[in-house]
Amino acid sequence: MKMRVINLIKRAAAVLLFAPSLALAAGAVLHLDRAPVSKDPAALQHGAKLFVNYCLNCHSASFMRYNMLQNIGLSDELIRDNLMFTGERVGDQMKVAMRPGDAKVWFGTAVPDLTLIARQRNSAYGSGADWLYTYLRQFYRDESRPTGWNNVVFENVGMPHVLWELQGDQVATVSENADGSKSVSLSLAKPGTMSAAEYDQAVADLVSFLVWMGEPVAEKRKTIGMFVLLFLAAFFVLTYALKKNYWRDIH
Amino acid sequence: MSVDQKMDCGRRNLLLATSAVGGVAAVATAVPFVASLTPSERAKAAGAPVEADIGKLAPGEMMTVEWRGKPVWILRRTDEMLASLDKTDAVVSDPLSDKSIQPDYAKNKHRSIKPEYLVTVGICTHLGCSPSERLKPGAESGLGADWAGGFLCPCHGSLFDLAGRVYSSMPAPTNLDVPPHQYLADTTLLIGEDGKA
Amino acid sequence: MTTKSQALLNWIDERFPLTSTWKAHLSEYYAPKNFNFWYFFGSLALLVLVIQIVTGIFLVMHYKPDGTLNASGIPVAFASVEYIMREVPGGWLIRYLHSTGASAFFVVVYLHMFRGLLYGSYRKPRELIWIFGTLIFLALMAEAFMGYLLPWGQMSYWGAQVIINLFSAIPLIGEDLSLVIRGDYVISDATLNRFFAFHVIAVPLVLIGLVAAHIIALHEVGSNNPDGVEIKKKKDANGIPLDGIPFHPYYTVKDIVGVVVFLFFFSVVVFFAPEGGGYFLEYNNFIPADPLKTPPHIAPVWYFTPYYSILRAVTFPLFGLDAKFWGVVAMGASVVIIAFLPWLDRSPVKSIRYKGPIFKSALVIFVISFVILGYLGVKPPEYAFFDVIPGAPIAQICSVLYFAFFLLMPWYSKIDKCKPEPERVTSK
Repeated sequence: MKMRVINLIKRAAAVLLFAPSLALAAGAVLHLDRAPVSKDPAALQHGAKLFVNYCLNCHSASFMRYNMLQNIGLSDELIRDNLMFTGERVGDQMKVAMRPGDAKVWFGTAVPDLTLIARQRNSAYGSGADWLYTYLRQFYRDESRPTGWNNVVFENVGMPHVLWELQGDQVATVSENADGSKSVSLSLAKPGTMSAAEYDQAVADLVSFLVWMGEPVAEKRKTIGMFVLLFLAAFFVLTYALKKNYWRDIH
Repeated sequence: MSVDQKMDCGRRNLLLATSAVGGVAAVATAVPFVASLTPSERAKAAGAPVEADIGKLAPGEMMTVEWRGKPVWILRRTDEMLASLDKTDAVVSDPLSDKSIQPDYAKNKHRSIKPEYLVTVGICTHLGCSPSERLKPGAESGLGADWAGGFLCPCHGSLFDLAGRVYSSMPAPTNLDVPPHQYLADTTLLIGEDGKA
Repeated sequence: MTTKSQALLNWIDERFPLTSTWKAHLSEYYAPKNFNFWYFFGSLALLVLVIQIVTGIFLVMHYKPDGTLNASGIPVAFASVEYIMREVPGGWLIRYLHSTGASAFFVVVYLHMFRGLLYGSYRKPRELIWIFGTLIFLALMAEAFMGYLLPWGQMSYWGAQVIINLFSAIPLIGEDLSLVIRGDYVISDATLNRFFAFHVIAVPLVLIGLVAAHIIALHEVGSNNPDGVEIKKKKDANGIPLDGIPFHPYYTVKDIVGVVVFLFFFSVVVFFAPEGGGYFLEYNNFIPADPLKTPPHIAPVWYFTPYYSILRAVTFPLFGLDAKFWGVVAMGASVVIIAFLPWLDRSPVKSIRYKGPIFKSALVIFVISFVILGYLGVKPPEYAFFDVIPGAPIAQICSVLYFAFFLLMPWYSKIDKCKPEPERVTSK
């Protein structure tokens, strides 16, 4: 009983304190795995490479320029030699050759720009990173879909599983719970070139890169913030002393 | 009885300290605002060096490429054109380009790496208009029979010779700027970056 | 002061009332000496106004109010905001200051208004200050609403869609009115451009004018205080109120402390949680506006939600007019009614300190109702507390309580048992 009350209070507190407002419309509750987001340059560079090789063919990142990748420790030469297609300049934005209208015809839906994807996918169920980390690991074979692929997190998704060579083929077994809801469990039918652990790590690196790309200035912002707060704390001491001094006059 | 008279030493010190720290805060706050007025990262990226293929440029012809939003002229000079520079030596105000802006490797009589090719920013050093071509010598240019060939700025009439050197007693103070550039191959120029970097 | 600077000052004073203005509004403006915590929020509101104007000016230098798509298929307006965040040096900070400032403005103004409720600051002779204040609040809502369209994200777009459609509920002229506001049959580039004009020019001008009127009226009658007694009734031989102290330097040094504390909390949000957990910058607003796809759940920004809840609470037609119309009426009335407070409160005392238990209870119920309405406003209509207590009827009850606080006030404030006011202000 006591535990329940405490839980209730906790829930109420969580709700009052900035609980994400985007409660989804009535529907299945999403179970998201927590993404091990890294700020390590090596992980971000690996993620950038995966992004350029697997995502950038169809998805643009049009608010990014290639030379912004300097901020994760890559030199212009490395960017030019490893991450770009010929004919592009390092000052160019990460765009795709596909015209926005064509994607709609080919995939039945507009292909979203991925620059801000990690910020868009925040929800009551977890961070945007969690969503992406779960999504990219839960594709399964579904012959009823035009692409041959379906996804647990994003039902009837228009995107095929571009990382399938790495992960392999997963198949889904749907079981019915006591309360009538359905749960899906995935199993590996055909292994890919990576082991499960390697694949998880690769996705984690890719997601880390997407998080970084959502707000490249995030780390710098926090660093500056620490200085600002320390300064204001010191300034408070000074102004408070000044106020005290003046108010000695008042009785 | 005014506040000034009552002000004791401690209060004065506190007031000074608070004002000083407050001033620091004000300056620090101004930094991002002033920074936002400087060219954006995109503008800087757009200022990246540009490549120009000069293989198809015939002698006596000129082409224009855009670098940092400015016209950069590439003029392939003929022998007569180069010879005309000897004539203009006497009439230009800065024949040795001492007061003008150019990389060291272009601080010579013909103001270029290879004498044949002149690479210069096509912006008058007076008030920023782009001069027009008057490459042909003689009366047909409209600039008199002894015109040696060069450029005329339409805004205030500054005259330049075929090395971009400004004539004496003209509004423009210095010769046309020569941008940093290098030859990547015999017929490929890279403008905006020299080999030193 | 040296004679030279004195001479310059004299020269100016003969041509412009510099010294006399300084004296009238600062060094010889006598404010009650017993201001407490609640009296910080007036100067803080002014500070936030300055922050918004300055950051706004710098944002306008880079923002483009253009709803058309760029080469990558992204609306130009949306892309220009990301341009500010990524490409403009310091742009991210200026943008976060502005977006956080919008929420901070409402936090500060709500607390400032609550102070007025606590200490009867709206009572005679301060009715006009209160009315100007209500108008400032209205202008601020308009400013915030139109500003929220400019990033041209999904929430910008669909929030504006819903709110503008409210006007179509007005009988006879409604449809035409919302058409005139939009300038198109849907929210479009035309709407974006006119909202931009209003947000950066028209409403700020009105806002600054109203703020000036608010302060001039205040300095004409003098500030109220936590005891609600008029300090001007008891003056010394020089005509200076016995309980008054010069605003400068005493309240300037005190307000500076308030400013530093405020900036501390403000910076915590700006530098460490600029999204405000999805309340200050909603997650869906990182998706460019798409006129063909509504996000699954749209909610207004937090500061509008109490009124949005009142709008939704009206679910029944009345006098042959549909519920939508009455919802709009209720929402409008819930804001406008604030202006009538000076004539609704008939208590013999101003301050909550000397008011009786009925008024105190009414105020507590009012605040709780307001908070619950605000909370329910961010939730979908079918929301239930802890999955059991349905939210919709609770919103209706809270809406009734909200209005009851005002409409019943002439009655309950009169019969309430008040304590006698002191002669002079009290110190803690």
